[in-house]
Amino acid sequence: MSVALLAEGLRVTLGGAEVLRGIDLALPAGRWTAIVGPNGAGKTTLLKALAQLLPHRGRVQLLDREASAWGHRGRARLLAWLGQNQGGAEDLLARDVVMLGRLPHQPWLGAPGAADGAAVEAAMRETQCWDWRDRALGSLSGGERQRVLLARALAVQAPLLLMDEPLANLDPPHQADWLRIVRRHVERGGTALSVLHEITMALHADEIVVMDAGRIVHQGRCADGGTHAALESVFQRRISVHSLAGQWVALPNE
Amino acid sequence: MTVSAVRSPAPLALMLLGVTALLCAGGVAVGSLGWEPLWSRAGDASAAILWDIRLPRTLGAWFAGALLGLAGAVAQGLFRNPLADPYLLGSATGAALGVAVLLVLIGVAPAAGSGWIEGLGLTGAAFAGAVAAVLVTLGLAKGVQHTLRLLLAGVVVGMVFGALAALVMFWVPDIMRAMQAFLLGTTGFLGWASVGLLATLFAISLAVAVAFSRALDALALGETTAASLGIALGPVRVVLIGVMALATGAAVAQVGLVAFIGLVAPHLVRAAVKPTHRWLLPLAALTGGVLLLAADVLARWLLAPQELPVGVLTAVLGGGYLLWLMHRRPS
Repeated sequence: MSVALLAEGLRVTLGGAEVLRGIDLALPAGRWTAIVGPNGAGKTTLLKALAQLLPHRGRVQLLDREASAWGHRGRARLLAWLGQNQGGAEDLLARDVVMLGRLPHQPWLGAPGAADGAAVEAAMRETQCWDWRDRALGSLSGGERQRVLLARALAVQAPLLLMDEPLANLDPPHQADWLRIVRRHVERGGTALSVLHEITMALHADEIVVMDAGRIVHQGRCADGGTHAALESVFQRRISVHSLAGQWVALPNE
Repeated sequence: MTVSAVRSPAPLALMLLGVTALLCAGGVAVGSLGWEPLWSRAGDASAAILWDIRLPRTLGAWFAGALLGLAGAVAQGLFRNPLADPYLLGSATGAALGVAVLLVLIGVAPAAGSGWIEGLGLTGAAFAGAVAAVLVTLGLAKGVQHTLRLLLAGVVVGMVFGALAALVMFWVPDIMRAMQAFLLGTTGFLGWASVGLLATLFAISLAVAVAFSRALDALALGETTAASLGIALGPVRVVLIGVMALATGAAVAQVGLVAFIGLVAPHLVRAAVKPTHRWLLPLAALTGGVLLLAADVLARWLLAPQELPVGVLTAVLGGGYLLWLMHRRPS
């Protein structure tokens, strides 16, 4: 199986503290991997470093090519990024926000073409936010806003989709929709990587990467007993993983 | 307000252009004695007043306002802060210091109506002061990489340069009156040379800013997301700060410290439409031009034959608008 994302000896220091302490990671292409771990484990930092959005030491390879060799625009077409709790853009219309996802595909001074319009509509319909395309982002609720931002990331139509806590503010039906969107992305041959705090949702992924204190403590399939043990251990045995109605769920102990 | 009925940017632009034309006519018709449309009177003196005094002053006021509106929209987009204004990097107090130093050096009061050489010297000193202040700000912030450091450095530089200008005034009180005209903002020194300069710089600044407008849109989603979309943040910041410094420096050098235009113009546009920066930048410029020209016509007209300092009028009107905005949106 080919490797979509590869990291070797990845180290990141933020404000004098070493947040990532030598990460070696290989993510298979065409799979959805979830990163989980306690607060401060370095999940977001890892995601940013992989996306080349943070200065780091060590080597990162995106689709069999050194990350630095892709260039700004090439990397932007290859990798779509959805950040955590993104504020701002209050005065932009939802459609204009999603259109920003097409920036890497447009020439510098060129206007958006028909393909861009189609990609924007498809992405907005996929996250069910097409109806408020003409509303300003600042006038939307938290969940509505999150669906617009997710559509923005999907509109890039990049093979690698990196999402940091994408379920924030989404209600249960739209969390289920998000699962379906990620599944569809993977079925189309794409690779997805998401940082998730909802362990039960993360257990729907193909693989889980468990992090603690700037290191990866486990990487494995969601159904593996070893993965469950690693999860229970990094969360100090305050949760346990059970099988329920054919799905894995994490429930709090006590 | 009629503006709020407009929902797409093109009609708003046309409306602003129409208002500009009306105000230009008004600006030419209002003289030192109030309403006196001289074009109905024949004679060389009338033609000279219209052509050499009122017309350049009217056009110059519009261009200066447009530069401030544009710089304000760039500042708010770049710093992702709706309260950012073009004076943020210390350029305004830098210009004030430049003017104060020049006035001490040449020892004249150009407000007394001396020739354009002093006028241009004043402009040059203001521009040099503005550029120096921005450079010091950039130096203190160690470049453009950190927005917050840039803002803080701008505040510090603004305070220090302002204090230095006040110190110069304290030592040489003779320059007080001339400095006052500059600090309050005045369109009284605008001649054709100034109009040419302002128009050229406006065309350059607008073209460059619009060329980078999509980077400003992307920045609205945060610097990380903008970077993920392939925006090279470093070069974009350098270019846009250059545009902001150039536009602000040019306007401040010609009309002094006119308050609030750069802050309010983009707000007024966003209250009417929700455009991307490709439209917001030219619309904010048009609005800035209309605001300063309207304030200038009013300043000349209201108490004629006395003239109000235009900066006082823009401060009162701009402050009033912000207060109204605050009450309308308590959040």
